[in-house]
Amino acid sequence: MDGMEEIRATFFEECAELLGAAADQLAQIAEGTATEDTLHAIFRSVHSIKGGAGAFGFTRLVEFSHVFETLLDCLRNGKIEATDDIATLLLRANDALGDLIAAEQTETALPDNFGADIVAAMTRAAGGAAPAPRKGDTPAAPTGGAGPRTLAIGFCPHAQVFRNGNEPILILGQLARLGEAKIIADTSRLPDLAAMNPEESYFAWTITLATTEPDDAIREVFEFVLDDCALSIAPADARPAATVPVTTEEKHAAKTAEKPAAAPSPQTRSIRVDIEKVDRLVNLVGELVITQAVLLEQSAGLSVDQYPDLLRGIEGLSQHARELQESVMAIRAQPVKSVFSRIPRLVRDLAGELGKDVRIIMTGENTEIDKTVIEQLGDPLTHMIRNAIDHGIEAPADRVAAGKPAQGTIHLSAEHRSGRIVIEITDDGKGINRDQVRRKAESKGLISPNSNLSDDEVTNLIFLPGFSTAETISNVSGRGVGMDVVKRNVQAMGGRITLESRFGSGSRFTLSLPLTLAILDGMVVAIGSQTYIIPLSNIVENLRPRDGDIRPLVGYGDVLAIRGDYIPLVYLHEIFGVPDAVTDPCQGIVVIVEGDGGKRIALMVDELIGQQQVVVKSIEDNYGAVEGIGGATILGNGRVALILDVSRLHCVRPPDIARVAPDARNAPCLH
Amino acid sequence: MQQSALANQDFGGTRQKDGIGFSDEGSQQFMTFTLGAEEFGIDIMMVREIKGWTQTTAIPNAPPYVLGVINLRGVVVPIFDLRVRFGRAATETSAMHAVIIVSTDAKTVGLLVDRVSDIVPVRKEAIRAVPEAATPLDDNFLEGLVTCEDRMITLISLPRLLAVRSPAAAQALATV
Repeated sequence: MDGMEEIRATFFEECAELLGAAADQLAQIAEGTATEDTLHAIFRSVHSIKGGAGAFGFTRLVEFSHVFETLLDCLRNGKIEATDDIATLLLRANDALGDLIAAEQTETALPDNFGADIVAAMTRAAGGAAPAPRKGDTPAAPTGGAGPRTLAIGFCPHAQVFRNGNEPILILGQLARLGEAKIIADTSRLPDLAAMNPEESYFAWTITLATTEPDDAIREVFEFVLDDCALSIAPADARPAATVPVTTEEKHAAKTAEKPAAAPSPQTRSIRVDIEKVDRLVNLVGELVITQAVLLEQSAGLSVDQYPDLLRGIEGLSQHARELQESVMAIRAQPVKSVFSRIPRLVRDLAGELGKDVRIIMTGENTEIDKTVIEQLGDPLTHMIRNAIDHGIEAPADRVAAGKPAQGTIHLSAEHRSGRIVIEITDDGKGINRDQVRRKAESKGLISPNSNLSDDEVTNLIFLPGFSTAETISNVSGRGVGMDVVKRNVQAMGGRITLESRFGSGSRFTLSLPLTLAILDGMVVAIGSQTYIIPLSNIVENLRPRDGDIRPLVGYGDVLAIRGDYIPLVYLHEIFGVPDAVTDPCQGIVVIVEGDGGKRIALMVDELIGQQQVVVKSIEDNYGAVEGIGGATILGNGRVALILDVSRLHCVRPPDIARVAPDARNAPCLH
Repeated sequence: MQQSALANQDFGGTRQKDGIGFSDEGSQQFMTFTLGAEEFGIDIMMVREIKGWTQTTAIPNAPPYVLGVINLRGVVVPIFDLRVRFGRAATETSAMHAVIIVSTDAKTVGLLVDRVSDIVPVRKEAIRAVPEAATPLDDNFLEGLVTCEDRMITLISLPRLLAVRSPAAAQALATV
């Protein structure tokens, strides 16, 4: 990556941040909770994007953001009212701005008329007036004042101007080349020699410039010192003194605006770090935690009298390692905002497409969660929101008929709850029709007609594969993937999903996710001499079956009878070929787990060793995928233990092999 | 023990090429090890470290030559029994056996051998082709033969050895 590429990359990164910030603030406007500072903040974001775009020569981006900026300017000057229509327009403009930036970033071409309607709407909203040039504007602003004329320029650098490597004398020299300049230095601020700091500037200049250059060219001279000086440019016949306060006031206003605007979402001091470096750090700390666990285990038998310092040291190490791990994970944590911020647009687009009126309320966007989880959260969340709009919220007329406000509401919230993150999606739509769900499940053979199910159990039937309640498959959420896929995705990241619903008044999906995918809560189990980990999020219950509970089923191996149900029993020692394991289920333990689509299977193990948080390692990197194994971890004794992939154990369980005992070890790889 | 000066050193080069790379002078360093009476050589640039044998964790339904995985400072590394890989009986492992940790561009694996013996420089022109009739194994991972002080050393191409093609092995490795 050469220098320019790097700067480009930084620009796009900044754009993403600015767009995100602007989207949040625009949402506040839409909700009516915006203050004047919010507008200032949005204006600054758009202005910064425009400035950067100008530097890279992204003309369309500059033009668009300029119109956008003009509209914002009218708003903050109180020239126009922030009505709902305007708020929607602003949101659309922000989205379009995002598209334009994305197009520049990926170097794809957009249609020529892209955003033209928005630009037209914005120009209309801004009163049709040609955007007024602003002082201190970037060069892209439309310019006035070409042609021969005389300008009075007041240039007063701040004391610290030299610190940024600016040299007023060069600026003056450059200015002199633009026309006939008469430069008068104001030395009134010059202190006594003894009091003078050679690194500070004490001069101010008044320049009378006879020029034919446009105003832009003149402002450009001062481009790099704009933040370090008070600058006024005015026709010579106007009194320069009158314009100087305008600029300083404006600058001052911008400064003061920054502080209150920062208050609601504190702008913390931050540095950019390559995510790979952080990942590496997370991995190393994972190693440290494992090493510490090894030391702890090895030192368990030592006498405190003999090795007091060693044991104290190990104890200290444990504590520091844990704290270090938490701190490092906190670095990689990101607010869920990065996923949530896409949702309002999705809601807007979809509601428009379906002719529904939907408002989205989001809370807890600043809840932090590990990047690995964030990356995988997007798809399920999008799907659930789609689902809520498509199947949950009714058409406005139906809503009014049901005595509800025409506008539906979806509430998306995130919060930390007992070491996990809980995301709730609540809609005030029509809710789940349990009778309909039940009939459907029966007709599809998902449940038997006489099964005795609680209301919640019926509601949760929608998570079964092959279930879709929409009468017609719409192209919105009926994409052949249903809630079962959502559930599988959520389970794949060690999460749980539940649904509560009241027919007629709405539904609530609750997602409970681990804070990170790098660490997993596991049940350590022994099978013969081998140790395996079963993810706790999959486990339903553990039990030791009685003699009569195990029944053979023709061609299928054994099933476990439990409370009237029959669950396939998987002898892990057989499918994994462990020779020295307990073979009688009544002597071992059966762990009932829930895999794909809520299918339950019973896994037979020798014994449960205990629950433990484990650091997840890849086994695929150096070896390859292993059927039924999701990953590996390193235990306190330094040995590797494999983590079961419960959803894939079905695949390792061809009935014929499951019964080939105990010499199953070589069977799968010989055919 | 074989924890010689080589242990814990990073030899740096991860070779992209399939075969063995020779410098401009046509000379290349090989690390040699023994399995029973036979001596084999591998490109030293691919050797990461040498360690003693430790217990492995078995991988379910793996090919017979895969002894399992070990924890190499937090990385899960599979260990191959080269004897079984070469079609012989399984090694009876003891603490005296050595594991050579090697890296090709894609993977890090450990090779269980009897003993690490030497580092020998080999000139390209000194390498003799493997007699065609002498390749009973389905994978053509034998690079050539060299003679060094009356010993015959079989040179092995690690990339070809690790990119196994036998059906059983493919089951374990092809899915990456």
